[in-house]
Amino acid sequence: MPRVVLVGVDGGDASKRAVTFARERATELGASLVLAHVIPWSPYSFTTPEENEARPKRRQAELAAANEQILEPMGALVGDTVPHKSVARHGDRAELLIALAREHDADHIVVGRTGDGRLRTAVFGSVPSHLIQIADVPVTVVP
Amino acid sequence: MTISGAAVNQLFLAQSIDDRIAEVLDPISSAIEGVVFYSVSVAGVDLPLIVLWLVSAGLFFTVYLGFLNLRGPKHALELVRGQYTNPDDAGEVTHFQALATAVSGTVGLGNIAGVAVAITLGGPGATVWMIIAGFLGMSSKMAECTLGVKYRRERADGTVSGGPMYYLERGIAEVTGRVRAGKTLAILFSISCIGGSIGAGNMFQANQATAQIIAVTGGADSPIVALRWVVGLVFAILVGAVIIGGIKSIARVTEKLVPIMAATYLLAAVVVIGANLPAVPAAFAEILRSAFAFDSVTGGIIGALIVGFQRAAFSNEAGIGSAAIAHSAVKTSHPSTEGHVALLEPFVDTIIVCTMTALIIVISGAYLDEAAGELGGVALTSAAFETVLPWFPNVLAVAVIAFAFSTMLTWSYYGMKATGYLFNDSETAETVFKVLFCIFVIVGASLALGPVIGISDSMLFLMAIPNVLGMYIMARLIKREILGYRARVLSGEITKVEQV
Repeated sequence: MPRVVLVGVDGGDASKRAVTFARERATELGASLVLAHVIPWSPYSFTTPEENEARPKRRQAELAAANEQILEPMGALVGDTVPHKSVARHGDRAELLIALAREHDADHIVVGRTGDGRLRTAVFGSVPSHLIQIADVPVTVVP
Repeated sequence: MTISGAAVNQLFLAQSIDDRIAEVLDPISSAIEGVVFYSVSVAGVDLPLIVLWLVSAGLFFTVYLGFLNLRGPKHALELVRGQYTNPDDAGEVTHFQALATAVSGTVGLGNIAGVAVAITLGGPGATVWMIIAGFLGMSSKMAECTLGVKYRRERADGTVSGGPMYYLERGIAEVTGRVRAGKTLAILFSISCIGGSIGAGNMFQANQATAQIIAVTGGADSPIVALRWVVGLVFAILVGAVIIGGIKSIARVTEKLVPIMAATYLLAAVVVIGANLPAVPAAFAEILRSAFAFDSVTGGIIGALIVGFQRAAFSNEAGIGSAAIAHSAVKTSHPSTEGHVALLEPFVDTIIVCTMTALIIVISGAYLDEAAGELGGVALTSAAFETVLPWFPNVLAVAVIAFAFSTMLTWSYYGMKATGYLFNDSETAETVFKVLFCIFVIVGASLALGPVIGISDSMLFLMAIPNVLGMYIMARLIKREILGYRARVLSGEITKVEQV
């Protein structure tokens, strides 16, 4: 079975380094890449009726923005030499990356080290550290 | 104590405005009230027919749908937990969000003040009848919210909204072929919805929140007494910032505050009940005894029943049609799913929250106090909590304000959608409504309501006439929709989503 590496991307410089790293690994192993961007969202957040009414429209806009501003530039970074596809979805970042890895039979997850603020990291933990704790495949964090 | 000249002036001005408004509105108010709240005397107690109208709708749909208010909640919880939600729909409005939005518009003064009023007027036994009315209300909620999703409008720009105005117009035309009948009911509903939103959903809330601020800042000696309009102005600016200015941060704070306050309220209730654990069986016994007693001074079984039903109807709005607007935005391919989820709304609102409040009032004995009648609504509940948690009135004040504010925001949306229906989604009309809504916040806070609330209460309950009538007309369609869906779940055609 061809190997699949899932790269979690958010458009930052660390993501670019993660994509570059994953591309090099994929070239060596003959693997394909899945570029995944998670739009932070919770099914249990509290919303106003106006937000609910406009939600389908906003969701489309969020997905379009994720594709145009994040996934396409990252895909361009991968180039034509390595087969890759990209996916944008709403959810919890760490949990959804793991779910997407399962969905695409990825045996490796690569993410960039995120530059979350100290307070945010202290309270919620960073996405990479959360990933490392709960992932069932190896996770590489690219600084 | 000296009062400044300006304050006296202000007081005088406020009173004279109040008087003048009262003069104009009084005859209109009593005329409308006389019709909407037309009462018959049953065993010496006035029974408003509109309450009977709502309760019988609940009873009808409970029997007609085969007691889904008992059999449905299990599936409703599975839906709320996302067990039937397609992962590809991530980012859309979930069942949980639609339910939470509807609940935050319903939970509020009805639960805190309404129960206290019911127990004061009808005795502890009124609680039992409130619970029964809440249980019946689950069925009407299920019916109206199923219709709400089925006939909602998905516009070209991607926005989704629905409510009685749409299901009355399109549903009745579809079922009976009478286009004009449906349209007429929809227009009648929309007009009363605008009235209900400005009255019960706005002025009443602003008024009670202001009263609560005055109560915790020193009651009659409070420096705010003469400055009620200023409190109203602050509320109006906040409401306006959200609904006209589109400042989301205020709405977000409210969204977070309301569940926190609701949780605090329930937690405090558990603490108070826990502190009085030995008294709980006796309290239950008293509630049950007086629910079916024939000897009570408060009118016995009939008095308890009428008051309980009335307060429950005020509290959970089942059959009024308002919640169908909030529930309609959910992402689902089966309207009945949201009908199931809507079952939980009266359950939370009336059965859980009201029962706990009632238990505390009965345990504390606060309702036996001579002054209980004068204390009335929020103050009685507050006094009951205070017996165990002395600091509670301050928390309750924050809760009342948060609930009132979120109810105002939700109802401004209901009113805006009704305006949108009447004026073909004209943005100008909606903006005019929003500005009027803000002005009425100040009016509601400043005035000692009286006739104004008479009109707004009437308008709120007037919504139930076209709405319930439409539900009866579409009853077969509702039954087919809901039972058909349940059959498909049972047969395995609709299955839970595998969690990856």
